Parts: sequence; structure tokens; C-alpha cells
Amino acid sequence: MLIKQAPEYRWSQITPKDVYLNRRRFFTTAAGGLLLAATDARAAKIDNVQKGALSTTGEKLTSQGDATSYNNYYEFGTSKADPARNAHRLKTANWKVSVEGACAKPKTYDLDSLMKLAPQEERVYRHRCVEAWSMVIPWRGIMLADVLKRAEPAPGAKFVEFTTLYDPTRMPGQRSDVLRWPYREGLRLDEAMHPLTMLATGVYGRDLPNQNGAPLRLVTPWKYGFKGIKSIVRIRLTDRQPETAWNDSAPNEYGFYCNVNPTVDHPRWSQAKERRIGEFLRRPTLMFNGYADQVASLYTGMDLRKNY
Amino acid sequence: MQMPAWWNTVREFKRPWWWKWVVWIAILAPGLLTIAGFLSDVLRDTRWLGSNPVKEGEQILGQLTIKYLVATLAVTPLRRLLGWNWLARDRRTFGLTAFFYALTHFLWYVLLDIQLDGAELVVDLTKRTYIIVGFAALLVMVPLALTSTRKSIIRLKKKWTVLHQWTYLVPILGVIHWWMSVKADIEEPIVFSLTFAVLLGWRLWYARRETSQHAATPSATSAAP
Repeated sequence: MLIKQAPEYRWSQITPKDVYLNRRRFFTTAAGGLLLAATDARAAKIDNVQKGALSTTGEKLTSQGDATSYNNYYEFGTSKADPARNAHRLKTANWKVSVEGACAKPKTYDLDSLMKLAPQEERVYRHRCVEAWSMVIPWRGIMLADVLKRAEPAPGAKFVEFTTLYDPTRMPGQRSDVLRWPYREGLRLDEAMHPLTMLATGVYGRDLPNQNGAPLRLVTPWKYGFKGIKSIVRIRLTDRQPETAWNDSAPNEYGFYCNVNPTVDHPRWSQAKERRIGEFLRRPTLMFNGYADQVASLYTGMDLRKNY
Repeated sequence: MQMPAWWNTVREFKRPWWWKWVVWIAILAPGLLTIAGFLSDVLRDTRWLGSNPVKEGEQILGQLTIKYLVATLAVTPLRRLLGWNWLARDRRTFGLTAFFYALTHFLWYVLLDIQLDGAELVVDLTKRTYIIVGFAALLVMVPLALTSTRKSIIRLKKKWTVLHQWTYLVPILGVIHWWMSVKADIEEPIVFSLTFAVLLGWRLWYARRETSQHAATPSATSAAP
């Protein structure tokens, strides 16, 4: 049939959160005591997360069903529904992420030790996709700055490069060459150190679902969503501007900065307005996605038309 | 060459009485279901078309246009291949269906996607190549749809045949439009481009074969079954 099967009810409506969590506990019990302890420790932390001071207020949250079923994550397929369908193949146990490159103290972390570097916060952020749709998402995580400071960046370090896991068996989308894998992203060091920049491990009060970038993703709310690289395995400090996946794929459409900017159109569509998922009428897009007060100073004197 | 017996059964297959119902359902159901799903999503907060029903519906209608162009262009090769001459009268139906889906796709874009933003429409139609190409495809279809009546065929005679050769341009513009509108997921545009290449290539091959056969043995073709 020509119409895609769209469930009338959302997961969140069918499965109450406590049942979902109990199911998870059941599986981990079966998997063994050590794993159980680790998962429980992280699950328990969810309740202790503090609301971040930089959390965006006055916005209605996007429904969890939409945020976990309408995703761009080409590692699991190119359609919006593919990631929720295919991402279960990614097993994220024993995840390691290395912080390396131009720094005094490179280190490989497991997730728990990484998340202990700073108090975890919940922060609501607007999320603007380059495709002119948007959401409002409650993330949970820590500031990237707290991780980078620990590594003690070298004086020459000017940029940070992020790399997604490369594993075509667990990420079937990587078998097709829609992009050059693995997915790579980059930030200027001052952008990476900005207090709005987060490394997230959770969303909607629980661990990230795989389709949202589990177990660890970047969140930069003033930039288009594709900047928020998912399933990160490497964070590398460097003196050179890193290559990024979409810039590599279509340099005339995607630059290095990717700041949300209603006055600079994508070659194929206007960026002046956006469609908030769950709403019918479009709304105007805000400069830097509404975070201009916090981030505009990072770009003083820069021609944002050229540095898109 | 000796053909197996079942081949004759296939060739002798006649238009069944229920065929027109199949056609009616096939051309109407996808569009009506799309619109119904969209209305339900917007008014009742369901998710038949997913989380972004405006975009999804727009894409479905564009793809339906392409699919009905395939059906339109498949009629003549199927007639020649299977001997199903009774398919001839469905060609216009499929062509008009493609036109109406293209028109709905365009109106959907104007009314629901850019929501009557005149400035955006002007920029899109003058600066964005894929929209210009898609709009050109729609414009080419307008005179074809207007002259699709039996009356026009009789009135225009030879000119009708020449005019309706513009049909071949539409799928080419259509897949270029689609191809240019996607980010990197070009799989489906490729599949449909190849389909059109086969359907249009078959016509070239068939026309050349006809002329060469006529030139070589003018009497042989008339004797062929």
C-alpha cells in the first residue's frame, strides 16, 4: 500500500513508563548481576537530575512519541521512521568514548565515569532541523566544557572533532554510501566550551533511546539539528577545522557552522519559518534558534552569509 | 519461435467486467486515504502520516504522480508485449490521474506547506531549480490534460499525436525534480529513473525496429501476426 503504516497510538500511550522500566529491569536481571548494578545505578540517577538553569522556558514539550519516532539518523536508514525501526540493533553496553588529540590529559571513559565528571542536568532546548521542522526536547546530560577542561586542551587546540561509531553490522545504514562514514562533526573550541553545549545521555527523563543517539550525543541548540552528532566514540581536540559529514557530502548546502539563521536560506528552501512538530501553522524561525543572547557574541564580525 | 501454451492464455486474456472497478479504486484510494489520514492527523492528533503530516502528504502525492506516469507509459509496451489492446482506454485515465495528483501535489505545497506565503512562492518559482523543474512538468501536463478528450483527438488529428509526444518530457522533469529535492537518499529516484529509462527506451527501440522492418521487407510486417 502507498500509505506508510503509522501507528494510531504512540508508544508512550501504550506502555506506561514504569512498566517500560520494569521490563528493562527484568532483562538486565536476566543478563547478570554486574550489568544490573550498572544499569540500576544509572536509572536511579534519573530521579536526582537537577533542572538546569540554562533550560529554555515557556515552550510546550514535543510529545515523546514524536521525538522518538521522527528522526534523521542515516546510520539506521534515510526515512524518518527508519531509526525507530532499526536502531534496536545497536547494543550500547560497555560503551567507550575517548577524549584525545591536542590536550595534556587524553583519556578513554566509560559512560558512567564520563557522567560523573559533572552534575547531570535536565535542560529543555528548542531543536531546529535544517529541513525546517522543529521540536522542544528535554535533554539530560552534562556540559561538554566540563569534559574538555578535564582534558586540558593544548594552547594550539582551536577545534573539537566528534566521530560516531563505525560498525555496519550494528548500524546497517552504513552499508550504503549516502554519506561518507563514519559521521563526523566539529565545533570551534569556544563553541564547544559554551555553557549551552551539552553531551546528552538522556531524554524525557530516561536514557536516550537508540534512535535519538544513544548512548551519548552532542546537543548544540543554536545550530541545526544535524550538528548534534549521535553515538559518539571519539572527541578529538585539534588545531585544524575538522571535516564534517554533511559539508563533505554537499558543501554548497551545508557549511561548518550550521547556525540557525532565518535570513540565510538553504539553497533549496527558505529558513525563515519552521513547522513545529505537532502544530499545523508555521512559526517564524528565531536567530540562533532563540539563543542569540547567549551565543551571538561568538560570531561578532563574521559574515554569517559566508560562514553558513 | 514456439511459445508455450500458457503464453496464449495470457495473450487471450480479455478485459474482465471488474477491471474498471480495479482502476477506479487504484486511482482514487491512495489520494483519498492520504487526504483522510492528513485530516485525521491535523484535527484529531493521530499519526497516520507520521509526525509531520504536511511533508509526508506532500511527498506521497508527488510519488503518486510518478507512479501514475509509470502506469501511463506502461500501457503501450504492455499492449504490444501481451497483446492486451483493451488496455488502450486506460491510458488516458492513468495520464489524467497523474495530472490530478501533480496538481494536488502543487496545491498542497502552496496551501499547506508554504501556507500561501507569496514572497516564498515567488522565490521558490524563480530561484529554486527543483521547484522550477517540477512546476514546468505540471505546466507541460496542462495542455495534455485539456486535449485528452475524444473530441480533441478528432479535431486535432495528426497534431494531437505530435502534441501528446510532450508526455515523454513529463517523467524526465518529474524524476529530476524528485532527485534534486532529496538530501542524499536517492535510492527511490534512481529506481524510478531506471523504470522510465526502460519505458522510454523501449519506445525508441520499437520505433527503430518498425522503420527498419518496413524498409527491409515491407510485405513481411503485414503478414506477421
